[in-house]
Amino acid sequence: MSDLDLGALLEDPETSVVVCCGAGGVGKTTTAAALALHAAERGRRVVVLTIDPARRLAQALGLTELDNTPRPVVGVDLAAGGSLDAMMLDMKRTFDEVVLTHADPETAQQILDNSIYQALSSSFAGTQEYMAMERLGQLRSQADAEGTWDLIIVDTPPSRSALDFLDAPTRLGSFLDGRFIRLISAPARAGGRIGARALGVGMSVAAATIGKLLGKQFMLDVSTFVAAMDTVFGGFRARADETYALLQAPGTRFVVVAAPERDALREAGYFVQRLARDRMPLAGLVLNRVAISRARISADRARDAAEALEEAGDRHTAAVLRVHADHAEVAARHRRLIRDTTAAYPRLASVQVPLAGADIADLPALREVGRALTTP
Amino acid sequence: MTWHGTDGTPRLHIVTGKGGTGKTTVAAALAAALAGEGRRVLLVETEERQGISQVLDVPPLGTEETEVATGLDGGSVWGLSIEAGAALVEYLRLFYRLGMAGDLLQKMGAIEFATTIAPGVRDVLIGGKIYESVRRTASGRSPSGRSPSARRTRDRDAPPAYDAVVLDAPPTGRVGRFLDVTGQLADLAKVGPIRNQADAIHGLLHSGTTVVHVVTLLEQLPVQETLDAVRDLGADGLRIGAIVVNQARDDTVRSTVDVIATQEPDPARLAEQLESVAIRTTPAMIDGLVQTAAEAVQRRDLELSLEEAVAGAGRPVLTLPHLPEGIGPDAVWRLASELTDQGVQP
Repeated sequence: MSDLDLGALLEDPETSVVVCCGAGGVGKTTTAAALALHAAERGRRVVVLTIDPARRLAQALGLTELDNTPRPVVGVDLAAGGSLDAMMLDMKRTFDEVVLTHADPETAQQILDNSIYQALSSSFAGTQEYMAMERLGQLRSQADAEGTWDLIIVDTPPSRSALDFLDAPTRLGSFLDGRFIRLISAPARAGGRIGARALGVGMSVAAATIGKLLGKQFMLDVSTFVAAMDTVFGGFRARADETYALLQAPGTRFVVVAAPERDALREAGYFVQRLARDRMPLAGLVLNRVAISRARISADRARDAAEALEEAGDRHTAAVLRVHADHAEVAARHRRLIRDTTAAYPRLASVQVPLAGADIADLPALREVGRALTTP
Repeated sequence: MTWHGTDGTPRLHIVTGKGGTGKTTVAAALAAALAGEGRRVLLVETEERQGISQVLDVPPLGTEETEVATGLDGGSVWGLSIEAGAALVEYLRLFYRLGMAGDLLQKMGAIEFATTIAPGVRDVLIGGKIYESVRRTASGRSPSGRSPSARRTRDRDAPPAYDAVVLDAPPTGRVGRFLDVTGQLADLAKVGPIRNQADAIHGLLHSGTTVVHVVTLLEQLPVQETLDAVRDLGADGLRIGAIVVNQARDDTVRSTVDVIATQEPDPARLAEQLESVAIRTTPAMIDGLVQTAAEAVQRRDLELSLEEAVAGAGRPVLTLPHLPEGIGPDAVWRLASELTDQGVQP
């Protein structure tokens, strides 16, 4: 595996979007924030979009409320001419804004009040992923129009699988474009009976059954919703495709984050393959929280020495050696896991971030992570 | 106090926790612990993740209950992956006598539609399956090994088909919504079979039959989410059982770090001591050892404060060790016996 030079990537003016992805709980948000801070302190004008950051990390970035608006981070070294804004994604509000921007006030209100819309905008699997992409698109337009930022760094939602993120926009789009939903809302669209007559016998049975199960009002809501959405977006699928295309645009780079654990590395492997298949520009792999032995004494040797010292009555030095031995063993396990991944993907560039003793909860700690990330 | 901290005799154990805390492993271990002495326990997952089959190293679970682990004393754990679409087809078959139409509906996308877009319907369908498995009775235990669903009966005096049902529930972020089946339905279904079913599930979840256990790690974020979940789920009227601290370091490590914490390591003395046992030192090596020791103390202090926070929730705490070699069937049984040692019993 070659070295991943994130420092060069962040300083390259051609790089305009960096997407941090990976399985849940591997430190994506921290990585995104650390990369953003590093880039800003080297002169880039950066906005970082975080999803659900840990409370103390959010505080460190000055994200005290979920208001969907980028705000300057206090305490960043701006000497190099850069800047750093941070924001937290509010999925429902992003969706509402999309509706309000694209619909006339009356239609917009109709959509916002619709029970289907309310369910979809707050709980549909994939909405968060989709809205993260939507917000990225908005930030990109704003950056292009106003010249506010020259680098956008995006954290991705804590999906059950890293791949959900790539699939969500299409899933949501194709769901709303699905055959069944189109057909049951056909009467509303065609303004009468024509749509209903066009249904096959099987489909009418299906519609009747589901209608019976869910109730007339609900089916009516669905019709209204789909019709209203249609006029607004001219097809959700087109919009999903657009968002997807943004990810393949020149200047976008994906960074896959993984912790040195079997499952997280396996997920990272899937993601790397998937990015390659979809021709998404992959920068490389960040191996987060890697234990690195700090003293060249093997675990066995340290334990033997600890035993001898205990016999001699020095419990304190023995304890220091024992703690080192445990740590060295974890480090050896991490090394093995990483080596296996390396062997599987020899052309994948990677960088390691050492395991920190405490939580990353302030700018100096983030700066430290940024340094590790950009030191190949 | 009982191990679950409630005065009932719960048979439905809901296991939640922040993603990545090992909730599936804990659910499997709890099921195995409850399956002692010839008991039958059903272990259920609802998000089609196939986590149970991975942890127990068995083929992917389907919508039929299958035996996934057998205890040495005759107990058994059965596995089931509830899938909302299949539950809906079954539901339609039962209530609307739509035998063959299920496939047709599936093909038309009607099943996907009903289970994904209609708020709450999915959770009611899944909840309905859980409800049924808790309430199902066995008219006698044939040793034939047939799926228990094959011999369902409505005999009220018969013993339950399962002594306990353990649910590997959605993570803390989604579990409140998942368990709030009636609230989710809102005005979608005011009457009818769906509504009745939702009310029945609601009753079961809020009865002494059900407890919710929360899994955490001794890390900032999972502990915070655990405390929030205990508060929020409790406020929703659910009975909170134990907090399970998973992947804890063993006590010998803790006491070693305690020794280090008694005094600041002195680099010169440390070097001298190491040379005395024939280890050739370098300044970098000594620095490394001092730093590793300092971080271990820092980490211990964080864990101590988090343990205190967990204890402050006022729920029984169960602790499971970190198993560095990973999780498989053997590890699950080992964790199960840890739980038994800490008082977990049917």
